[in-house]
Amino acid sequence: MNIAVTPPVDKPGSNQRPAMYYYDHFDRDYVQERVSQFRGQVERRLTGELSEEEFRPHRLMNGLYLQLHAYMLRIAIPYGTLSSTQMRQLAVIADKWDKGYGHFTTRQNIQFNWPQLKDVPDILQALADVEMHAIQTSGNCIRNVTADHFAGAAADEIEDPRPTAELIRQWSTNHPEYCYLPRKFKVAVTGASADRAAVLLHDIGLRIVKNAAGEIGYLVIAGGGLGRTPMVGKIVRDFVPRDDLLAYLAAILSVYNRYGRRDNKYKARIKILVHETGLEEFKAEVEAEYAALDRSGTNADPAELARIAAYFAPPAFEAVDASALETQKTAHPDFARFVDTNISAHKADGYAIVTASIKPYGGVPGDVTSAQMRLLADVADQYSHHEMRISHEQNVIFPHVKQSDLFAVWQMLKRDDLATANAGLITDIIACPGLDYCALATARSIPIAQEISKLFADEARQKLIGKLGIKISGCINACGHHHIAAIGILGLEKSGKESYQITLGGDPTFTASIGERLGPGLDAEEVPHVIDNLVNIYLEHRVGDELFIDTYRRVGQAPFKPALEREVEDGSDI
Amino acid sequence: MAKFKHPQILTCSDLITGEVMFLQKDDWSRDHRRAYVANTEEDAAALLARGMADFAKNRVIDVYLVDIAISADGHPEPIHYREKIRTLGPTMRLDLGKQAESTFAGDI
Repeated sequence: MNIAVTPPVDKPGSNQRPAMYYYDHFDRDYVQERVSQFRGQVERRLTGELSEEEFRPHRLMNGLYLQLHAYMLRIAIPYGTLSSTQMRQLAVIADKWDKGYGHFTTRQNIQFNWPQLKDVPDILQALADVEMHAIQTSGNCIRNVTADHFAGAAADEIEDPRPTAELIRQWSTNHPEYCYLPRKFKVAVTGASADRAAVLLHDIGLRIVKNAAGEIGYLVIAGGGLGRTPMVGKIVRDFVPRDDLLAYLAAILSVYNRYGRRDNKYKARIKILVHETGLEEFKAEVEAEYAALDRSGTNADPAELARIAAYFAPPAFEAVDASALETQKTAHPDFARFVDTNISAHKADGYAIVTASIKPYGGVPGDVTSAQMRLLADVADQYSHHEMRISHEQNVIFPHVKQSDLFAVWQMLKRDDLATANAGLITDIIACPGLDYCALATARSIPIAQEISKLFADEARQKLIGKLGIKISGCINACGHHHIAAIGILGLEKSGKESYQITLGGDPTFTASIGERLGPGLDAEEVPHVIDNLVNIYLEHRVGDELFIDTYRRVGQAPFKPALEREVEDGSDI
Repeated sequence: MAKFKHPQILTCSDLITGEVMFLQKDDWSRDHRRAYVANTEEDAAALLARGMADFAKNRVIDVYLVDIAISADGHPEPIHYREKIRTLGPTMRLDLGKQAESTFAGDI
């Protein structure tokens, strides 16, 4: 998307508006044109002028799928950043055209599960009115660019990754060379020392780094991905200068476009190309392409990146008197638990990052009602500079909260079950929609997550267990990221029944690894019990405050095997 | 075409609403229990042809046959759990989908 330089109406960094990208006239015109185009396409489909075969690519390019019970609309939330105004509009859409709720996904998007085709043009118009759309949330194109959900706020950050993500979004949107790639293409960016964006598990992962001269650039990873053939990405270049980023990405995509397999969709992702070509040969191809490129014609003008970055200027942080925090924690143990688990370190003194849990015990991971959306927007307006982030872990983040406001934020979130003190704990389960909604799924995910969540709802036990990620996918496509969970669960079909495979030892961070299958598939009702066994075995073998992944790597899989065999101690065997 | 093993009903999604539908003798119903049951391979082929005619008329999409068994109360019920879920709604949200309506009942 080519951007004409139009300064924001308000000064970036002002406390009156969220620090996020705003559409200029080009963005507005483009998105509006797409809404009008799709309105016409729907009208022609409903009159029969367009056949389903002709219409299907159009609806998919606008994020509209046909699922198990109804159509489903997937809406892009660029790098997970959402304003309070946008969240309220999502609530309007949920109430007016859906069934009063939405589902936050592992790609930081939101999905509505019940829209009617005749209403979708109006929904897209409502989205365009608040600078949102559903473009490139489907199809073999560059999908929504994801980023660290703590971007711009994290204490461990070298640089906010969102200007880079926004630059890539603008560059790749409707790019003629990237509309029909061999397969879908996912990019993630992080600027922090801890990886919260799973950059090693994307088609391209970017890590913002500094070189020896102190210059900012990118460590570039390619060939990662989950799905039926999970692979950890490979470093293709340790350092790409900031100004050369788009040329380097173009070089990778050119190689992928040329050599990526179009004859077999199951072998069409770039991970297969990198794997089959071999890293060194792939790197050589990319470097040759990069050397031959007209970089000046491909790279963005540094002034353009600076213009984009200005939108993300942090709010003016104030001096904060947080002296009451400890007293509040002492007086309210529930609040103390929330602070212990759902608050992360902020780069500014006196501020905190707050995670609102969309994982109530026994609830549906990632589902939010319209009332909850409005409450989240209210919290953002009152306490977090009108801004939220959707995490790939399916939670909502308030990036800039004064520590003196934490108690008030917690009280507000509690009103509608958004303050469960479980961020990062065993009940903070990631789950895809599974067979309760998804036409591709082979088994249900959500009921499994609900049962595990209920089993581990005791907060004292959760605290004892510590950080432990469970991720559930309802089919081999792995939207629930089960491959990179400490404990992964994959739902399949076996002899006409749902069957669940357990994997152990996945890791989504810079030390990424793919989980290893524990044994034969389980019936649905066996899964919570086996997870309980696995946790108990972990606790038996854990040294100190060792994480599950570290214990697993130290002791191997063998000690965990009996988890599949142990009987429940219900007295039935005596 | 897969080998005919069980009686079959025909399902689709309504083009305009996306709602799951089932072909009766003459028209589509939202209720699978009212679906026409094909008991022979030829009957199923004819049923599919009728559904595909409505696909060609741009009334419905995603038309396909579903294996069923006749329940104790004499109604067709899908054999596969995927199709059972499709006749009812999300299994953890009983307030959604066809199961939320008092005229529907079923067990996954």
